[in-house]
Amino acid sequence: MTDTTMPPPEDRPAWGERFRRVATNGRLTAVLILLPPALILFTLFVILPLGESGWYAFYDWNGYGTPEDFVGLRNFEQMAGHSVFATAVGNTVKIIVVSLLVQMPLALFLALLVYRKTPTNAAFRLIFFVPYIMAEVAAGLIWSFVFDGNYGVTASIATTLGIERFFVLADRDLAFYAVMTVIVWKYFGFHMMIYIAALQGVPEDHIEAARIEGASRPQIVRHVQIPHIRPAIAVSAFFAIIGALQVFDLIIPLTNGGPSNQTQTIVTYLYEFGLTRLRIGFGSAVGVVLFVAAVLVAVFYQRIFMRKGTP
Amino acid sequence: MTGPHVWRNVARISLLLVVASFVLAPLWATVMGGFKTNAEIRTSAFALPDTWNLEVYGSILADAAFWRYLGNSLLISCTAVVLTLLVGSAAAYVFAQIRFFGSEFLFSYLLLGMMFPFATAILPLFIKVRDIGLLDTYWAVILPQTAFGLSLAILLFRTFFQQLPKELFEAAYIDGCGYVRFFLRFTLPLSTPILATVGVFVFVQSWNNFLLPLVVLNSREVFTWPLGMMQYRGEYVTQWNQTLAFVTLSLVPAVVFFLAAQKYIVAGLTGGAVKG
Repeated sequence: MTDTTMPPPEDRPAWGERFRRVATNGRLTAVLILLPPALILFTLFVILPLGESGWYAFYDWNGYGTPEDFVGLRNFEQMAGHSVFATAVGNTVKIIVVSLLVQMPLALFLALLVYRKTPTNAAFRLIFFVPYIMAEVAAGLIWSFVFDGNYGVTASIATTLGIERFFVLADRDLAFYAVMTVIVWKYFGFHMMIYIAALQGVPEDHIEAARIEGASRPQIVRHVQIPHIRPAIAVSAFFAIIGALQVFDLIIPLTNGGPSNQTQTIVTYLYEFGLTRLRIGFGSAVGVVLFVAAVLVAVFYQRIFMRKGTP
Repeated sequence: MTGPHVWRNVARISLLLVVASFVLAPLWATVMGGFKTNAEIRTSAFALPDTWNLEVYGSILADAAFWRYLGNSLLISCTAVVLTLLVGSAAAYVFAQIRFFGSEFLFSYLLLGMMFPFATAILPLFIKVRDIGLLDTYWAVILPQTAFGLSLAILLFRTFFQQLPKELFEAAYIDGCGYVRFFLRFTLPLSTPILATVGVFVFVQSWNNFLLPLVVLNSREVFTWPLGMMQYRGEYVTQWNQTLAFVTLSLVPAVVFFLAAQKYIVAGLTGGAVKG
């Protein structure tokens, strides 16, 4: 006690001492080695492009040199006045409506049929999930065959009924219904899987208790199971909406946006009128609109569903 | 079993079979289409082929371009997975293990990527990739894919790392093990379930991606399989049997992978998504 020098108080070492400790126990080194790769990659390829789309959006620019031709809000005005953009937004809304009113109920219904762990159910779950793991482009190509009036299902139907062959994807009024069919086919399995995971977490004794009290199957579904999986339904709605904003890959092989731009979505519109025509400024403006839409959906989702104490 | 139960089950199974046929019929017609002549597809798209014609499938399997596309995709996807796992887990480890000024801010910053769709920034991304001089290279696809995958990866990794027992680190620390070494020797090996989940998620996203390669790749030597497939479709516009065979063969790796890693894929694509 007397022959050793007292160390400085533990909580207030001299600054130099503190720095030496931090450096030698590897904490600082760890931060400096492990964190920068993520920060650099993320900044370079996510944040900067995002910021730049907010910058380019106010210029008329073909992508060469630096943007100099400042046009203010003209890109946005042009977009707002373009009937094809209105169609694209309308189509996106249609996809959202079909996802919420057709796809999700279908997925929930099927989830209720197959959520119990039996071999038969497992087989059906597997089959229903297959479209989801396939690339959108492949799915689009396959369905462009199915809808081909000369070769596919529609051809078979026409032959069976003895009517003239018809071309759904070339029909201005029908083409988008075909697209929405493919969307339901492609994604209902994903939503179903979300519900299944949630349904398997509903305590069996709650269901049993309701049954003992004489509740029928539909009543159990309505009053026990669905309330229990509400967070999962919210999540799946969120993904349906965010997904609808991004539809692109499916459209290209199916219709390429046609006939006469009837099946454009926001992203195909961005690609067609921004990139292929090298109107980087205009395309960036479309990107900004898409970004704002996505953020609004995310904020809306948080407000509505996170507030109610769901995890 | 009582009567009503049996009937209910019969009704249930028949209904499921109807939906299953809606799901499988297009796929069935696709696989069969590759064995048929175009004339035969025209008259009966869904029937078994009259004669099993192996020529079309054979010609694609003998086509070097087909293998090239798959090889390119495999290379790109694997590199993106390795990079995402390494870079993402390293960053997540820092957030889970070390408190420092600004760490919460940086963490939120890195999560911003989950807020908006990839397509939002695709044009500036194209310009960026071009200006760096990466256009038409594998890196043009790999780096942006990795960057966009980081947000979800970091979120899931951090949650997992925080749940690892703290005592382990304290013991190793007393034995003189530093942060970086602890990360490599203990954290990573203990985290294989979450690494697998995130890895599968990134792989599937990368493997199926179309928009980014479409925008940044121009020459067929570097095409990924979705681009190759569209290219092939363009060349054989009127010959469905060729296209269908090509689609079938391109999908084989994905289906095999799915059947082999089913557990991780369902967890990665739904569980991962739900947590995000």
